[in-house]
Amino acid sequence: MTTPQHPAPPQNAPQNAPQAAPLPSVPQQPAAAPRPLWPGQEAPSGYVSPIPVRKPTLADAIVAEWTKIRSLRSTMWTLAALLLCVVGLGVLIAVVINAVSTGAHAEGTGSVLILGLYGVLLGSICVITLGALTTSSEYGTGLIRTTLAACPDRGRLLAAKAIVFFLLSFVLMLVSTTLVGLVDQALVGPLAERAPTAEEWLRTTLGVSVYVSLLGVLALAVGALLRHSAAAITVMLGVVLLPLVMSMFMYSNSLSDVREALIEYSVPSQLTALYGVHMMDGPSGWEPLLVIGVLTAAALGGAYAALSRRDA
Amino acid sequence: MIEAVGLTKRYGAKTAVHNLSFQVRPGTVTGFLGPNGSGKSTTMRMILGLDVPSAGHVTIGGLPYRRLPNAPRKVGALLDAKAVHGGRTARKHLLALAQHAGIPARRVDEVLGVVGLQEVANKRAKGFSLGMGQRLGIAAALLGDPEVLLFDEPVNGLDPEGILWVRNLMKSLAAEGRTVFVSSHLMSEMALTAEHLIVIGRGQLMADMSVKDFIAANSAGFARVRTPDGEAEGREKLTAALVEAGGQVLPEQDGALRVTGLPLPRISDVAHAADVRLWELSPHQASLEEAYMRMTQGAVDYRSTADPRAALQPPAPAPWQQPLAAAPPDWPESSYPVLPGERPNPYAQPPAAPPQAPPAPPAPQAAPTTAPADLTKRDSEDAR
Repeated sequence: MTTPQHPAPPQNAPQNAPQAAPLPSVPQQPAAAPRPLWPGQEAPSGYVSPIPVRKPTLADAIVAEWTKIRSLRSTMWTLAALLLCVVGLGVLIAVVINAVSTGAHAEGTGSVLILGLYGVLLGSICVITLGALTTSSEYGTGLIRTTLAACPDRGRLLAAKAIVFFLLSFVLMLVSTTLVGLVDQALVGPLAERAPTAEEWLRTTLGVSVYVSLLGVLALAVGALLRHSAAAITVMLGVVLLPLVMSMFMYSNSLSDVREALIEYSVPSQLTALYGVHMMDGPSGWEPLLVIGVLTAAALGGAYAALSRRDA
Repeated sequence: MIEAVGLTKRYGAKTAVHNLSFQVRPGTVTGFLGPNGSGKSTTMRMILGLDVPSAGHVTIGGLPYRRLPNAPRKVGALLDAKAVHGGRTARKHLLALAQHAGIPARRVDEVLGVVGLQEVANKRAKGFSLGMGQRLGIAAALLGDPEVLLFDEPVNGLDPEGILWVRNLMKSLAAEGRTVFVSSHLMSEMALTAEHLIVIGRGQLMADMSVKDFIAANSAGFARVRTPDGEAEGREKLTAALVEAGGQVLPEQDGALRVTGLPLPRISDVAHAADVRLWELSPHQASLEEAYMRMTQGAVDYRSTADPRAALQPPAPAPWQQPLAAAPPDWPESSYPVLPGERPNPYAQPPAAPPQAPPAPPAPQAAPTTAPADLTKRDSEDAR
């Protein structure tokens, strides 16, 4: 091979590295660490890496966590299950209603978009599982120590994980709830009393996506707090299901206030409220987002405090 | 440069590390030695800001790890070969770590090449052997091309070729002016790799000196002297003469004498003057391993006891493994009683007391005693 006098074309760079002039953007002593050169020669005054050092940012952490979350098969499986639940179930319900309907409208008050609720309820379990695994699996494998050594800023790490997870879940949920809404409107819409309003569209796509994704971030924070996958998922399922189950056993009148609060603030009720159907006088309209937002923020704060103080 | 000052870590009532102060300097490999459970890994974790010290502090180049501007570019660490997610490929694992520190992605393939994992770069870490896991951990440590490197038991699970590679790698890293801090519970490994030693036991500093000083301070030489078997009076005579000449004499189990404080020619002269024949006069150097074991003896957390086999076996009068491990077929087995239920040893001779010297040449007698395992064992017993 001839020796190039000028910066080599990129594809030649690796072979020419030893003798060629360095490429402008790339420092050319990449192998400095491994090469057993001149024993004892450069010893006296510390070691300076030829690779430029820069201060890592939140963006770096986000890119890294994005690499991590998409390089796992479990992520892909969980997300596939999520799509199957939300889109599959949503479309199936619309198709079935369309097939059996004789023209009589099913629900008097709500819009047809409520038909997407069942898929979303199931899908939220997938989101919770993935959220909890995002943090707790690092503890299970011991990877957390490597991660914290690579990113000692606990706040940055937790923020990156939460942002990556939230965006991933949000985009998928937004796409699938919109798809299901459109299918519902196309197949069942003509049978309904009225067309959904613009606000209803927004609440059942954007609002529901934000709600479910925040629920996933809550699971992520719980995973960081409990450091155990099974425990985190169990606790989160308890958060979702237990209020309704407990309310079933509160017959006595003295407990009726508690029972109502449990029902109103349970996750399924709040999701239902986003679809425009709310029982009693719990949160309605966009209010469920506020509730879950405050809860998630508190859990993230707790997770940050725990990560900073606790031994990894 | 790593600097620990008064480093202490308590887990509840147990103190894992107590008031540890040391410095690790650049340009050399510093060995961090201690028995299992002596606090080596805890110290390493505190250096990396993973565990918060109960008291004291540790800094790297003057800053605690968590406050370093770009920690992975300054310090690379191999803590635990299993600290990877098994579902992720080696390349993606390293890529994520590189991205966290703003290291160019090309560097990932470079370090994969350095540790020899290019071929399995796209394999999931789940299927990695312990040795491959160690290599992946070393790759992660080298990723940031850091000035300071910490390795916790890096040769665990590596084959001899891998051990040699790690040894040379650490030496070359130190030769480039980096600070290399390697923990191990194997003195023999450290003697080959490190120039400086920090020894801890039960979380406390026991030694902080160069390997050369450590050898000089801890490995006293001794001479083994053997008088003809069956001449007990010759042995006693020689013992008395040697003590008179200023030496210390310790009898060994096989009837030889361990003499310290006298040079070999002087021992020969004394024996000649006392008119005692010698069958053996050999110089011995207590190995570093022995010195290390003697030093940490009081500080071993996990000590094995003899297996009593549900208390069914009567106590053996002598180390039970010796007839199995060392005895040649024609070696008299007299001193080991045949246990009830045990097949009688077909080679065992009818009771022949040691004083009646067997006509065998001295060679087979010396053979079992030179087995290194036996030597260290006896030495540690002597020192107790």
